Amino acid sequence: MQDDNKNIEQMADQIQPSPTQPRQDVDHGKTVGKIMLLVVGMFCFAFALVPLYDVFCRITGINGKTNVEAAVYSAPEVDETRTITVDFITRTHSGMPWEFEAQTRKVDIHPGQMGEVTFYVRNPTGRDIIAQAVPSVTPGQASLYLNKTECFCFQHQPLKAGEEALMPMVFYIDPQLPENINFFTLQYTLYDITETAEDAVEVAMN
Amino acid sequence: MTSATDTTAHVDGEHHDDHHHIPKGLTRWLFTTNHKDIGTLYLWFAFIMFLVGGAMAMVIRAELFQPGLQIVEPNFFNQMTTVHGLIMVFGAVMPAFTGLANWLVPMMIGAPDMALPRMNNWSFWILPFAFLILLSSLFMEGGGPAFGWTFYAPLSTTYSGDSTALFVFSVHIMGISSIMGAINVIVTIFNMRAPGMTYMKMPLFVWTWLITAFLLIAVMPVLAAAVTMVLTDKFFGTSFFDAAGGGDPVLFQHIFWFFGHPEVYIMILPAFGIISQIVPTFSRKKLFGYASMVYATASIALLSFVVWAHHMFTTGMPVAAEMFFMIATMLISVPTGVKVFNWVATMWRGSLSFEIPMMFAIAFIVLFTIGGLSGLMLAITPVDFQYHDTYFVVAHFHYVLVTGAVFSIMAAVYYWLPKWTGKMFDITLAKWHFWCSLISVNVLFFPMHFVGLAGMPRRIPDYALQFADFNKWISVGGFAFGLSQLIFLALLIKACRHQGESVSDQVWDGAEGLEWEIPSPAPYHTFDTPPVVK
Repeated sequence: MQDDNKNIEQMADQIQPSPTQPRQDVDHGKTVGKIMLLVVGMFCFAFALVPLYDVFCRITGINGKTNVEAAVYSAPEVDETRTITVDFITRTHSGMPWEFEAQTRKVDIHPGQMGEVTFYVRNPTGRDIIAQAVPSVTPGQASLYLNKTECFCFQHQPLKAGEEALMPMVFYIDPQLPENINFFTLQYTLYDITETAEDAVEVAMN
Repeated sequence: MTSATDTTAHVDGEHHDDHHHIPKGLTRWLFTTNHKDIGTLYLWFAFIMFLVGGAMAMVIRAELFQPGLQIVEPNFFNQMTTVHGLIMVFGAVMPAFTGLANWLVPMMIGAPDMALPRMNNWSFWILPFAFLILLSSLFMEGGGPAFGWTFYAPLSTTYSGDSTALFVFSVHIMGISSIMGAINVIVTIFNMRAPGMTYMKMPLFVWTWLITAFLLIAVMPVLAAAVTMVLTDKFFGTSFFDAAGGGDPVLFQHIFWFFGHPEVYIMILPAFGIISQIVPTFSRKKLFGYASMVYATASIALLSFVVWAHHMFTTGMPVAAEMFFMIATMLISVPTGVKVFNWVATMWRGSLSFEIPMMFAIAFIVLFTIGGLSGLMLAITPVDFQYHDTYFVVAHFHYVLVTGAVFSIMAAVYYWLPKWTGKMFDITLAKWHFWCSLISVNVLFFPMHFVGLAGMPRRIPDYALQFADFNKWISVGGFAFGLSQLIFLALLIKACRHQGESVSDQVWDGAEGLEWEIPSPAPYHTFDTPPVVK
């Protein structure tokens, strides 16, 4: 076999300088190792996509999610030349029995001006339920300019059986809002998270 | 075949101690590390899965023969569409290509076997178990997966049955099998080419498979991650895709299609390679534009990573993103067009003859192009809003996958079968198989364009009355196409029994390449001493 290989290499050399003579005696382990790095890397990359997607959406606003933390009102100059219409839509996720509605359906507001809307919720069932409201803005780009200084959606919303509540949301629109947006919709979806959040909110309810 | 060992010197007993004899019986197939045996196993497995997945398509078409619900429950219908898709993608097309790679890559580059023969055995033998798990989930209480092969969240997380766990594990096993297969192909091509076989001398089938293997390495782990997230969302309380817990269901689609789009090229690039082998043989000319074929394949592979969101236009993306994905998608038609024109240019003024592999290859070129054109239509964002989730999409991907990938696999089998068995297959049966398949496949899939444009949604067991006539024809075409494959089965059984006329080493008189220089049938061990490529 040794001789064979030698002969072949000689033959190959005579024919042309080939970049790749090595055959089965090559260390395949090295090549496999490199490929395995790629495999593991891509597996991790897929999980890295989860936070990357969040960051990307926060920067571009493409999925219409609003900031999950309260903004501080920086008292920008109110731009009275523009009036922005904000629509409020409420819905409950399927299987969520609460009544949930916006007391103000629509607000006309100048950029920079503070606005306040209240949402009414009632738990008509005989059991305690913890809810989570998830906001979504359409068009998504507007979410970057919607600043909420106070919102019920920042916390869980626990209601005892039969209880009702008014939940406030205070906001202002960044005067930087692009010229082409004069109207946007803020939608809240209420999810029943009693099962997953029981422990966490025990404290809050007492 | 046992006596047909090749002319190489086998001096030392240290390795190749099984050189003179082929092991017999079941253990030969269970323990084999021979690339040809494993190739055969893959191909038979793929064909069986093709028939199983096809049987599910027959259930779907039987239900859709008439409007109204008559044969199966809607939930079972959903399981059929789901498992049909999974089986055809992961059980039929991908293993068939891996089988062809096993048989042909070593023979084409002058290697004695795949680089990692034991892993090769593993990568095949875990596959039957993956599909056993998937298929057995259909018999569980509540049934098997019913959320479509794309397993969108929350369908697969919130609204699925307990059998989702089985689905996830079976996809994991399929993924591991594919990754091992891809590693083997890459290492073999990198390290085991015969002296003088430079990269730009490799046959195009080898080139396309090398690029496909890299796509597999890049995206199968992403699929594994996606199913893992579905698993933990469903059973362990995570919220990757659950808005209530801070996740986002649209994120699922991004991750899935980041895998999914390169996946469709995984299923078509080897087909391009096959056609690029067959067309020159029966045109008796060199392939037109070899280098441009290689670069076109590589560009398609690269572009496939930046077009995934064209599956998601209707999720509500910013206009700029829609524009980007639309244009990137349309750009893919450039390298694909290069390929189609190269094949046509190869045939141009060639000395054509129309043997069975060539007939399948020409059918591929025409019908795949139809599928490509409807793909181009789907890429246009504004019209996609109308076509999305209709039968037009079904027509599109069946043209590229059935008359594309599957026809290319059939072409490949007919082209290399005489080399594998040493006998010419039954040409009369093959002609029947070709013409029955060609006619029925168009009766089956072409009218889907019309009902799709008219608004018939996919994956629904019932439809509005105005679609009744077309659907009847579609179903008739479907049954005919299904039955036509039994002709293929009969032909393959005959071929495996080594019936038919013996063939020469070259088999086809225009065939060129290392695999045509070894004896027919291909000896159990080939190229123990590497050939020298000039």
